Amino acid sequence: MTSSFKGPKASRRQFLAGAAVIGAGAATGVRAATPDPLITEIQPWAQGLGDGVDATPYGMPIRFEQDVVRRNVPWLTADPISSINFTPIHALDGTITPQGCAFERHHSGAIELAKEDYRLMINGLVDRPLVFTYEDLERFPREQHVYFCECAANTGMEWAGAQLNGAQFTHGMIHNMEYTGVPLRTLLNEAGIQTEGKWVYVEGADASSNGRSIPLEKALEDVLVAFKANGEALRKEHGYPVRLVVPGWEGNMWVKWLRRIEVTTQAVESREETSKYTDTLADGISRKWTWVMDAKSVVTSPSPQSPIKHGPGPLVITGLAWTGHGKIKRVDVSIDGGKTWQQARLASEPGDKALARFYLDINWDGSEMLLQSRAMDETGYVQPTKKQLREVRGLNSVYHNNCIQTWHVKTNGEAENVEVS
Amino acid sequence: MSKSLNLFSGSAIGTVLMLTLSVNFADRLTPEMPTEFDRVAIENDPDFHLIARAYADEAKADAPFGLGREALPEEIAAWNLDVSPDGTGLPVGSGDVMTGEEVFADNCAVCHGDFAEGRDNWPKLAGGDGTLADEDPLKTVGSYWPHLSTTWDYVNRSMPFGNAQSLTADEVYAIVAYILYSNYLVEDDFVLSNENFTEIVLPNAEGFIIDDRAETEYPIWSGEPCMENCKESVEITRRATNLDVTPGVDTAEEQAAAAPAAEAPAVEEAAAPAAEPAAEPEAVVEAAAPAAIDMDLAGKGEKVFKKCKACHKVGDGAKNGSGPQLNGIVGRAVASADGFKYSGPMVDHGGEWTPERLAAFLANPKSEVKGTKMSFAGLKKEEDVAAVIEYLKTFGQ
Repeated sequence: MTSSFKGPKASRRQFLAGAAVIGAGAATGVRAATPDPLITEIQPWAQGLGDGVDATPYGMPIRFEQDVVRRNVPWLTADPISSINFTPIHALDGTITPQGCAFERHHSGAIELAKEDYRLMINGLVDRPLVFTYEDLERFPREQHVYFCECAANTGMEWAGAQLNGAQFTHGMIHNMEYTGVPLRTLLNEAGIQTEGKWVYVEGADASSNGRSIPLEKALEDVLVAFKANGEALRKEHGYPVRLVVPGWEGNMWVKWLRRIEVTTQAVESREETSKYTDTLADGISRKWTWVMDAKSVVTSPSPQSPIKHGPGPLVITGLAWTGHGKIKRVDVSIDGGKTWQQARLASEPGDKALARFYLDINWDGSEMLLQSRAMDETGYVQPTKKQLREVRGLNSVYHNNCIQTWHVKTNGEAENVEVS
Repeated sequence: MSKSLNLFSGSAIGTVLMLTLSVNFADRLTPEMPTEFDRVAIENDPDFHLIARAYADEAKADAPFGLGREALPEEIAAWNLDVSPDGTGLPVGSGDVMTGEEVFADNCAVCHGDFAEGRDNWPKLAGGDGTLADEDPLKTVGSYWPHLSTTWDYVNRSMPFGNAQSLTADEVYAIVAYILYSNYLVEDDFVLSNENFTEIVLPNAEGFIIDDRAETEYPIWSGEPCMENCKESVEITRRATNLDVTPGVDTAEEQAAAAPAAEAPAVEEAAAPAAEPAAEPEAVVEAAAPAAIDMDLAGKGEKVFKKCKACHKVGDGAKNGSGPQLNGIVGRAVASADGFKYSGPMVDHGGEWTPERLAAFLANPKSEVKGTKMSFAGLKKEEDVAAVIEYLKTFGQ
């Protein structure tokens, strides 16, 4: 185990079981030395009674899963009220992120805003400035879409070198949910956009008043004013009762507690689109308006927080891939640090601007691996290496680091975040 | 709306005009023709009724669902506060550097430092000139921000942290003037106003380009990727564990082993909330009574405490932040919050925080404890000091 991460340790029994598999050559050939008491003895759960139906009116994961939680990196920010935490992607499977462990990013804390107190204003270059209540929003025709939301700073701590030891920390500023809401287009049409309008400025109701400028073209294309996620109300920390969903674009634009949409002729150039969320290149010049999230992938298991505990033999390598440009076309996996690659299996047909789950099922021989994944999207774009990214952008971009990630898996199954030549 | 009304004022020609306009909005419904009833009404009072009808028809025609209501001018004024680089949205007002220094000391310095140099991990607002191409650039208003409007807009809408939108327009002008001064961009006699605002050009105004990834990156990172013999050798060049900055993570097994007893009751409590609430209010009264807390005053203190909140936490589970947690601070030993690194002078201050000593410290922290890390300028009003102490009394150890 590494000194910084108190990861699960393979028990002696697990280790021996692993060894037995190697000895036998195939799992089906193993003969247990003694009968398993979990089978031969009557267990309490097979004899007594469990909880009644209303034990937990809103259920939480069983206590054995209590380590599958969001985590914060305290040294990153001055205060948890204006900070970020990370989705435990190393411990999840499938593509939908449960709301309760989907990463949070607040600028002035997660506020409590009741539906009755909710107001949404559309003003600026419109024929009719309007105010909607939450009930008004529920009366417009709705749509449902699954989209990923990735913070532009995801993997940002890794620009200068391998730094955080876990997929949760390197790639956990992402979640993927099924949203229900009203297309922003519908609401803008209700107000009537004037011909001079070229941008919309969207703003939240919290004290940070987080606001971003979005070109009208995108606003009319696929932006959603969402009030449900994964079938239930948004969580407080994700902008209850209403947030903006800006598919494929950086998470900061997904304004939470959405309270105002202003049609303007120009970008407002707010704090979050000038001093932050701009990407400084090696020569000191910075890119602005870098909204779209390029294709990216990561192996979520094995990874530093999800080591191999079972020893050599059949191993499921799995991970996530996504692109803000549309759909993932293909994911390749390398176990030798990028010398050779093999195509991974996509668990299902990838969705538009949504997470895709990939698997590569191998027979691990127990030797060290340098695990990498590489996403390709439908535009033909191939996820770059860290070296390629640095050649174009230098080390100070902070945002939009979509490099290929490497995990060094050791012979004992532990994994570490490394960089390779 | 008002534009449309002007068009229609006067005569029935308005109806024709309106129809023409509506056709131009291709995806909108055409308004209904005036009915028999309308014609009668027009005869009685042509101007008023035609205008009213045109108004209603237009609203119905242009708003596909007719949901929501018109935003009132007062409502728009209350929320439409954003300021753009060309000065759009700036209110009339002004503020000078010296006033700004005072307002900054009272409202901003606690996090951003007396000279806008930043404290702890809080943002630095000054310095960093010429560092953008360095290994570790310092991005401040002076070195990085392209538009002054952004500073005004952000201070006005989002600051101070924990007490947003509490500053007057003149105070915001003064703070922005002081930030400019801290960056050596204006002299100490400078006055910033809506009149001269757009004359200020920040040093990095030309330092930004619009996203060019489509030209500089996408072409070179597209195409069929290499599958075999992609490199001759692979070496590990960096390891995350060398840095050792990853937060500790307890596994489920360890957590369960550490606190198995705590788990079960927590679930029971959540499952049966109705069982015991009756007992709670009494317990609170009992606990509060001996301290004889003036709850009105404590309520006022809660508002004053917003100034402290960014650095000091208080209440259940409060942890140290930039400042120590304050549970039980009234009567607590000085410099005694577990795990907080106090300044030497604070440790030397010694004794315990009686209300009197706390009052003296809060009124003027830097003169009471010379060298304290707390860069708060102090509470000017005696009643604010008393209120905040009363509020803090409500939190036991």
